[in-house]
Amino acid sequence: MNIEETQDAITEEFSLLDGDREMAVFYLMELGQKLPEMPEADRTEENVVKGCQSKVWLSGQLEDGKVHFIADSNTAITKGLVSLLVRIFNGQTPDAILNANLTFMNRIGMERFIGTQRSNGFGAMIKQMKLYALAFKTKMQVNS
Amino acid sequence: MTSSPAVTRVLDVEAIRKQFPILHQQVNGRDLVYFDNAATSQKPLVVIDALIDYYKGYNANIHRGIHTLAEKATKAYEETRHTARTFINARSEQEIIFTRGVTESLNLVASSYGRAFLKTNDEIIISGLEHHSNIVPWQIVCEATGAVLRVIPVLENGALDLEAYKKLLSPRTKVVSVNHASNSLGTINPVKEIIALAHAAGAVAVIDGAQTGAHVAIDVQDLDCDFYCLSSHKMYGPTGTGLLYGKRELLEKMPPYQAGGEMIKDVTFAKTTYNDLPYKFEAGTPNIADVVAYKYAMDFILGLGHENIAAHEHALLTYATERVSTLKGVRLIGTAPQKVGVLSFDVKGIHHFDIGQMLDSRGIAVRTGHHCTQPLMECFQVEGTVRASFAVYNTKKEIDQLVEGLERIINFMK
Repeated sequence: MNIEETQDAITEEFSLLDGDREMAVFYLMELGQKLPEMPEADRTEENVVKGCQSKVWLSGQLEDGKVHFIADSNTAITKGLVSLLVRIFNGQTPDAILNANLTFMNRIGMERFIGTQRSNGFGAMIKQMKLYALAFKTKMQVNS
Repeated sequence: MTSSPAVTRVLDVEAIRKQFPILHQQVNGRDLVYFDNAATSQKPLVVIDALIDYYKGYNANIHRGIHTLAEKATKAYEETRHTARTFINARSEQEIIFTRGVTESLNLVASSYGRAFLKTNDEIIISGLEHHSNIVPWQIVCEATGAVLRVIPVLENGALDLEAYKKLLSPRTKVVSVNHASNSLGTINPVKEIIALAHAAGAVAVIDGAQTGAHVAIDVQDLDCDFYCLSSHKMYGPTGTGLLYGKRELLEKMPPYQAGGEMIKDVTFAKTTYNDLPYKFEAGTPNIADVVAYKYAMDFILGLGHENIAAHEHALLTYATERVSTLKGVRLIGTAPQKVGVLSFDVKGIHHFDIGQMLDSRGIAVRTGHHCTQPLMECFQVEGTVRASFAVYNTKKEIDQLVEGLERIINFMK
């Protein structure tokens, strides 16, 4: 699935919740529970995303030209939020991530159910992921 | 909470709720449950109407104008001072200074009294229960004067360690500044005793009454405090105003805090003489509208009666404590015998942000986080808590809704 298709799928899933905030919160927490565990060794101060009120750890790797993120958070809802981004970006090329236009948040009305503070934190996660992509892209250019 | 059942009257909470239009709305598809009263309380119609009436009928700058509107506005503004004097039983209206609220009141005392009268190695005693607004102004004064900050430790149940306080007191103690009730835990501090001990050591006593104004009767003469601070917005009044009570003899000898219009008697380029109390401390055009409406908030509280409000909130706190403490993984933080209606807790394995968000999705407003008391949170070794705080318009049914919401998230997370 490319980035657009995953965004469409997420939008579709959230539309089933019919704007019910409580269900959306539970759904996010469920998604967070399904996120592959991040090894303790990766939950370092260095991997903490700055600008989130909750603690979010994020690290990325480049394998065969594709980016793979792992992430974790100390709060269940934020873990669900970061899992959405991991799902969208994992397996994509650095270029695809850099050029991605994320529209699903507006489409599912995310700010309405997670509030402004968490939305700002969400922006910080996206920025951090794009920085990883930029670093990987640079690395690939140097190596080629 | 101090309550004397023999004289209390049962309040008609449904009638009270009708006076708070904001309560009658749906949030996220459910009836709003507002349990964030320690942060700010909602406003009754009398307060909202007073604001509207002021702006519609007699908005004018006070004290200087001779026209009719200015007279009317001045009279209303000063009527609030009159009511405030009664509300806290000050000796005179000159002892009531309007500020933006407790934070500004504390800053005023710390800055004006502190900088004028504190010197190197003098000691300021605060407590481990303090809000940042009763910590940081004193730290700034310490930096400026060389005075030293001492802290009364907190016991495991959230009460202050009075024996430790007695040991901290010495001839070096010049100021003791504590809250009347803790915003994070609800603990009501034995301020009368704390003040008497401070005086015996030769120190002045400052009381932060942010969490007591709407819940506990205040008599500054009986307490014998030197300063007492209140915020209107936590007492059913408008945001952006509050007051500082100070003993006249202390206020007289303190230098002005801010300078500008209103606080002066005569200004020449060579010398300025300051206005009399309380105007010496009210520089510039004050927050007239909110001060005017503040009177109606105090009258609202006085009309219900502090002892009746306290009895109702005590019943809510007792019920909430019983129900919430039986939930799986809940640890109550702050179980002092004397408390205002504040229930702080954490749930094992569930972050307070998640609980707050989850409750919000069910229309329940609670506070989560460190409540501007980071040192206190550190003392209980938590990053933050969930805090439900009650006001006179809250009901047991709303507590049932809170418990239901908590049960749902606890069951989901296990």
